[in-house]
Amino acid sequence: MLVVMLIPVVLIVLFGFAISTEVNNVNVAVVATERTDCVNDAVNRIAHNNYFNFCGFIDQDQIDQELRSGKVSAVIVFASDFDRRMAQISDGLPSTPIIQLIVDAADVNTAGASTAYLQEILLGSESKQAMFETRMLFNPQMKSAYNFVPGIMGLIFILVCAMMTSVSIVREKEVGTMEVLLVSPMRPVKIVFAKMIPYFVISCAVLVIILLLSYYLLGVPMSGGVWGIFSLSLLYVVLSLSLGLLVSIIAKTQVAALLISAMVMMMPMMLLSGMLFPIENFPKIFEVISTVVPARWYIDAIRKMMIQGSPFIAVWKEFAILLGMSVIFLSVSLVRFNDKLE
Amino acid sequence: MSEIVISVRNLTKRFGNFIAVNDVSFDVYRGEIFGFLGANGAGKTTAMRMLCGLSYPSSGTGTVAGFDISREGETIKRHIGYMSQRFSLYNTLTVSENINLFAGIYGLSKKDTAKRREELLARLNFSSESDTLVGALPLGWKQKLAFAIAAIHHPEVVFLDEPTGGVDPVTRRQFWEMIYEASEGGTTIFVTTHYMDEAEYCSRVSIMVDGELRALDTPTRLKQQFNAESMNEVFRTLARDAVREE
Repeated sequence: MLVVMLIPVVLIVLFGFAISTEVNNVNVAVVATERTDCVNDAVNRIAHNNYFNFCGFIDQDQIDQELRSGKVSAVIVFASDFDRRMAQISDGLPSTPIIQLIVDAADVNTAGASTAYLQEILLGSESKQAMFETRMLFNPQMKSAYNFVPGIMGLIFILVCAMMTSVSIVREKEVGTMEVLLVSPMRPVKIVFAKMIPYFVISCAVLVIILLLSYYLLGVPMSGGVWGIFSLSLLYVVLSLSLGLLVSIIAKTQVAALLISAMVMMMPMMLLSGMLFPIENFPKIFEVISTVVPARWYIDAIRKMMIQGSPFIAVWKEFAILLGMSVIFLSVSLVRFNDKLE
Repeated sequence: MSEIVISVRNLTKRFGNFIAVNDVSFDVYRGEIFGFLGANGAGKTTAMRMLCGLSYPSSGTGTVAGFDISREGETIKRHIGYMSQRFSLYNTLTVSENINLFAGIYGLSKKDTAKRREELLARLNFSSESDTLVGALPLGWKQKLAFAIAAIHHPEVVFLDEPTGGVDPVTRRQFWEMIYEASEGGTTIFVTTHYMDEAEYCSRVSIMVDGELRALDTPTRLKQQFNAESMNEVFRTLARDAVREE
């Protein structure tokens, strides 16, 4: 009943209000050798634009680092002769001032939209005749595989581990075999871990298959190191298994387990993890909610390592958050599991 | 009297303000078929769960097979067998696979498992069905198999929670023959049931009403005591004043 009432409300609010495929709050930094009037003018317009956040001036050699760390998603570079060429234009001489746009294209949708917006905004000024040189960093061909592979990985492990585990444990409860197992000398914890092992093995196989397919078939770079991606994914698998365990303890029937998995885990993870819609676009409240969605951190970290080529060390924060979540889920479910026996 | 297998003193279980089992005391002797009767919600299942080491008593003490129910629940589990009203073998495994699985869970060696599996199949006339999926067996057969498997590790006590629910009279009769056989072999049977004719088969019967033990004796003496024709009448006399419902 609650579910039936709640789902439409959540969907309407999320889709209609929170989730937009347009870009919002894109962090932009500017490189300019001289802060001339033209440059200041352009910066002002970006700073006052709702779609962009101006994050300050940076040096030429900081560009790569700023983008790689994810602090900014786009950098505007005004060439050193930009002002001179602009002056030539105003004097009626033929000249082409050059503005370089360097965009983080790990997320294809955002990159495409923000490039278009930026060009519009910058062209609005006197720099009408300016020429744009756009560089799509990390994903020069704007391949969408780069965008969806991390998302799909986030989805699959929740599906395989959390959903399958919970359903298989709850089925035993429903059929009555769990009761017999509980009366047997087997420790309850042992029973549950034994039930998880097949799904863990399957997940590992799936992980290997996905990584092979992404690398050889889709050409995803994996430049951050396969072992880093692998260990992060293993952690995520463990996290999903603990989630599944938690669901199986709460749910009494298989249907309930499926519903909980679908509504409480799948939906938020598809909508709020940044898999389909960029998180930066969310209103504050949804952004806050999204921080408790494990997939958000996983997808983010995988994107960084697979596409942007960040080393494992660069995602330590995401790793720590996922680790913390696993510990919490696992201990909560183990405590609840023992209570249930009472 | 012979050796005591289950002994319970002042057993009480509270859930918040609700007293599910109130100050219950009784003894069960070796080889006895101990009937545990009560209407739904009378506290039968709660009491049984405490005896099986699945739940701790709020107060009172008890021993099963010589082990303390508050402190040695895990040890008790190794010395008892359990069969519930819901059919509880794996439908998707064959007869042999189910036997092997539960023998493994109770720590029987490979050799013992093979030996007991053959014995069990022969006794039930199941030898031809050893590779049949359990799900494909008729309910009566399943229940017999479930009972045999509950006793596979030769436990001291077998707990049967309404074992004959939904089974036809002929199979019920056969099922009780199996119970008799096991009890003659020295296994103590602790059985809850709704069928009053089955209560007549028990060595002794206890009747719970509203969480309290209202009567405990042999069926014959209970009938004398309540001046009744059958156990059905005895039960109805006692359960009439029950306050609690389902």
